[in-house]
Amino acid sequence: MKSRTGRFSVNRRTRTILTLILIFAFLFGIYLAGTIMSDELIQADFSQKGLKPSWEHPFGTDLLGRDMLVRTIKGLSISIVVGTVASSVSAVIALFVGVAAATGSSRLDHFINWLIDLVMGIPHTVLLILISFACGKGLRGVLIGVAVTHWTGLARLIRSEVLQIRSQQYIEVSRRLGHNSRWITIHHILPHMIPQFLIGLILMFPHAIMHESSLTFLGFGLSPEQPAIGIILSESMKYLSTGMWWLAFFPGLMLVIVVLLFDRLGENLKKIVDPYSAHE
Amino acid sequence: MNSKRIVKSTGRYAIRFVTLLIAISIISFILVSLSPVDPVQQYVGAVPNVSEEQREKIAEYWGLNDPPAERFAIWAKSLLHGDFGTSLIYRRPVLDIIGEKFAASLALMLTAWVFSGILGFTIGCIMGVYNGKWPDRILKKVCLTMCAIPTFWIGIVFLMVFSVKLGWFPMGMSVPKGVPADQVTLLQRIHHLVLPALTLSFLSFANVALHTREKLVDVLESDYVLFAKASGESRFSIWKRHGLRNILLPAVTMQFGSFSELFGGSVLAETVFSYPGLGAAASAAGMGSDIPLLLGITLFSAVFVFVGNMLANIIYGIADPQIREGYEHEE
Repeated sequence: MKSRTGRFSVNRRTRTILTLILIFAFLFGIYLAGTIMSDELIQADFSQKGLKPSWEHPFGTDLLGRDMLVRTIKGLSISIVVGTVASSVSAVIALFVGVAAATGSSRLDHFINWLIDLVMGIPHTVLLILISFACGKGLRGVLIGVAVTHWTGLARLIRSEVLQIRSQQYIEVSRRLGHNSRWITIHHILPHMIPQFLIGLILMFPHAIMHESSLTFLGFGLSPEQPAIGIILSESMKYLSTGMWWLAFFPGLMLVIVVLLFDRLGENLKKIVDPYSAHE
Repeated sequence: MNSKRIVKSTGRYAIRFVTLLIAISIISFILVSLSPVDPVQQYVGAVPNVSEEQREKIAEYWGLNDPPAERFAIWAKSLLHGDFGTSLIYRRPVLDIIGEKFAASLALMLTAWVFSGILGFTIGCIMGVYNGKWPDRILKKVCLTMCAIPTFWIGIVFLMVFSVKLGWFPMGMSVPKGVPADQVTLLQRIHHLVLPALTLSFLSFANVALHTREKLVDVLESDYVLFAKASGESRFSIWKRHGLRNILLPAVTMQFGSFSELFGGSVLAETVFSYPGLGAAASAAGMGSDIPLLLGITLFSAVFVFVGNMLANIIYGIADPQIREGYEHEE
């Protein structure tokens, strides 16, 4: 990694990979910290209630005397898990639906397009409320809701990519050589979809996390006992007029940072695995 | 020839519209039937001493003992007659509530929509013109960050800064407390509208800006712009003569296509500011298990989004010469 001038320098690819690893480590660290930290740290302690941010409590404490930093990290940890599970499911749905639409009969294609229009036709938040209501609120509702509402964009993208690949000559050659449509899909088309799939998956994370916290904020998501970010923020609404700004400010800011980091993660991954943006 | 095209595309729209509405009503009906929440319990609520017999009577009266398919048939039939049922939490016909709340929401959404469109377009143009230079780089960072900020948090921050700290704006609601409805002035309404509208417009202006930037950069890299530059046109005049015409249409279309996000965002913004609009009503309906209202709002929001997308397509069809010619070739 030493350049000719003797100065220590890193090329863009290495730098991207390093950033990628750093971001991943940070997010994974938040997740681990949130799961490992015992619940005793957020026991109510009325001698410490409503403290301003200080060295001892960097994010301050709430009206039950719970440390906001610990609550925030625990909340983010839940958000990350929900985001990961929901967007993985959603991305897999998108892959299947997208490939099926592009390789199946034209009737299936029409049906899938109609289905995508249908899901996109209801505002996400309303659909999420409806699904969460159907599941009786709680974690399951959020997971299912986010998973079934987020696949549409990626499915469309994958469909058009597959259509593009299918019109290429080597697919035609393969077909003339006697391979059937399924063989071609598995051996020639799916491998090309891996970068799109991975990038789409990671870039879905931010949306999933934001929708999870919005839903929880509205009261449809996780239950009030869980230290989710949405819960923290909706609690803080009650104390806004008392001027306890730290109850809402830091947890929200951390949420924004996590969302931004996931976004960066996706963009950096794109630079590495996507051949079109690798040489920008 | 032209009228034939209009009839054809209108017919296609009508079919899609009807099938979508039917599917949405079926799906949303199935979803609310799946809910483990007992509607009778919700209706009875905190009232004690409701005997098992009385509960049974309510269930009987509502037809809860009938099979779901039959219930759906009854519901769909009354929908077709324009009867959306009676809201459980407001105890009034659903359509009345939707109409009244939507009027309040419309003021909010329209303000936010226009504001975010203009702001986003302007920022996008600045970024595109200064492609790669420092204004572009800074604004792009700002826009990307904006995309990552949840609507409800920005609302809370606005409340903390402008209402609690500075006291410039009221803490929420759409009218001042303790003033009869007919004495509320327009100025007071606007005063209450500013923060929610600002919150809501923060949701989408970054998208419009980034999109506009991409388009403008594409245009400015074309050969005809190079030629215009070579013949000595200034940056502003290039933007005005070549850029604006090419990028205005995609931006407008995109803005019309954002009705879905706008509605979704209004649910959050209205909840934060306790603004009595349709979004807050949707959230309240879900929380209070008010099934008729929830179903009504779902259908209404679908119509709202559909109208937005349709307007986008119509505008594109009318204003974009390429697409207009494309239609004519089709025939």
